[in-house]
Amino acid sequence: MIKVENLKKTFGPKVAVNGISFTVERGEVLGFLGPNGAGKSTSMRMITGFIPPTAGKVTVGGFDIAENPIAAKRLVGYLPENAPAYTDMTVYGFLDFVAELRGMRGDQRKKAIHRVVEMCFLESVLYQSVDTLSKGYRHRTCFAQSIIHDPDVLILDEPTDGLDPNQKHEVRTLIRRMGEKKAIIFSTHILEEVEAVCSRAMIIDRGQVVANGTPAELKQKSDIAGAVTLTVGGVTSAELSQKLAQISVAKRTAILKEGSSRVLARVFPRPDTVSGELARQVAEVAQREKWRLEELHTEEGRLDEVFRSITLPETVKEERK
Amino acid sequence: MSNAFSNVRTIVKRELKSYFTSPIAYVFIVIFLFLTGFLTFMLGGFFELGQASLERPFFSWHPWLYLFLVPAIGMRLWSEERRLGTLELLFTMPITPWQAIVGKFVASWLFLALTLILTFPIVITVNYLGNPDNGIILTAYIGSFLMGGAYLALSCITSAMTRNQVVSFIISVVLCFMLILAGLPAVSTFILDVLGAGGWLADLVGNFSVLTHFSGFEKGVLDSRSIIFFLSIIIFSLFTTGVILRSHRAG
Ligand SMILES: Nc1ncnc2c1ncn2[C@@H]1O[C@H](COP(=O)(O)OP(=O)(O)OP(=O)(O)O)[C@@H](O)[C@H]1O
Ligand SMILES: [Mg+2]
Repeated sequence: MIKVENLKKTFGPKVAVNGISFTVERGEVLGFLGPNGAGKSTSMRMITGFIPPTAGKVTVGGFDIAENPIAAKRLVGYLPENAPAYTDMTVYGFLDFVAELRGMRGDQRKKAIHRVVEMCFLESVLYQSVDTLSKGYRHRTCFAQSIIHDPDVLILDEPTDGLDPNQKHEVRTLIRRMGEKKAIIFSTHILEEVEAVCSRAMIIDRGQVVANGTPAELKQKSDIAGAVTLTVGGVTSAELSQKLAQISVAKRTAILKEGSSRVLARVFPRPDTVSGELARQVAEVAQREKWRLEELHTEEGRLDEVFRSITLPETVKEERK
Repeated sequence: MSNAFSNVRTIVKRELKSYFTSPIAYVFIVIFLFLTGFLTFMLGGFFELGQASLERPFFSWHPWLYLFLVPAIGMRLWSEERRLGTLELLFTMPITPWQAIVGKFVASWLFLALTLILTFPIVITVNYLGNPDNGIILTAYIGSFLMGGAYLALSCITSAMTRNQVVSFIISVVLCFMLILAGLPAVSTFILDVLGAGGWLADLVGNFSVLTHFSGFEKGVLDSRSIIFFLSIIIFSLFTTGVILRSHRAG
């Protein structure tokens, strides 16, 4: 549905987006991640046809956004960053205006408004003026606007920004559900959101794609991915380290916390270890040595760690060390 | 085509509604009516003239009245849209930028038309007191409406240039003032005497003045050249507005 080829945008001397390419098919939810100023919003603005790219090409549903903008824009619902809305209108008036611009008439329009009002929980503010809405409600109003014509393609720039935890949950569920039938791109700074919603995630840094894959694949890149974390009692940390070091697939053991009666430790695997093998062997050792094993699990890896290790500039990384 | 028309109509409708949900519209109308009344009856010497005509006491003020009042309507047109970020919504809807530009302009022009219509008590008064030529009054109204449109279109440009409404207001007042200035006798004298240029230059500059073109309408003459003059200012300005809006987006 969405095809982006070598997209580039420069503002004067500044390169905001530097050659991004990807495709999103129907049934996919693509998450855009990246530090502030990475170029996420700029990319979305080009995909939706708001700003022309310096170079590159965007097609939506087969229509080139530069050559056939009207046909392409018809297919797209867009929630811009900061959720703009006309402050002098009521929520109903605003949705009605957008629905009319989307070409809906009469009954069809009323039904569409009713549908999104229900989906976005806007009943209580329906006749309130937009400029008196709280931030979260304004965000929901603009989100409602983006799905009013039930578009095939949804571009959402930080859709959960400013929402309370319940609403965040609602919106994520909604995106996941809509993602089954639509092609969706959304950007976020909340990494759990990516795991909860996306079928694929892309990390963008300084205008370039630096990682691209399913959330699980990305997590694999984490340092702790595949490590086994365990809590045991009845053993000293020195003995624990010594025994665990004898495991053939273990590379090293780190003691994370040492209490009076129990130790929290993490064992890292050697490269190319079959998943689950390390955990099995650690459990065996524990049983043989009659340790009091309280908890043991294999780490999946953490997205925030991957994110940090990929997007932190080298100089900062070195300073930290 | 019908699509284009209905898109423009949707935008006109929204704009007009938004004029009347804010107090700006009412404040504007009251100030406009108050000033026209004041200028006509007090400064214009309507009663002292003892003529059943509106040219001197009423219409001759319009170019000056519009100088400040029209930029006040026009200043928010695009600057507000950019400030709120709704420009991004509007330009990602399945409409062309033209439809948006024309829609917003037409709405503000209709608003001006409404304000003009509300000056009807003056027409009734003059008809009650004497026997004016209502044809002349009508052409003068048409001219005033066209002139207001030209000022408004210029304000469109300045409101697209900046997010700041005050800056937009000041620049459009200056632009409109230049259009008036070009037709003042003092300016043509200046060109003839001080610059020593030929009469053609004075004529050329005079031809760019709203005063020159409006005076025909005031006398009841519907001159096609004057109509074309105002319409070309409008079209040129809307076109420029489009170019400016596009260049902002291109960054
Ligand atoms: N109109 C503009 N003129 C000049 N520079 C711009 C413009 N728009 C964006 N930029 C620059 O382009 C870069 C990318 O900005 P963008 O808004 O796409 O970042 P982002 O990834 O969305 O960041 P955030 O997470 O903070 O929303 C930034 O350095 C920004 O300053
Ligand atoms: Mg952004």
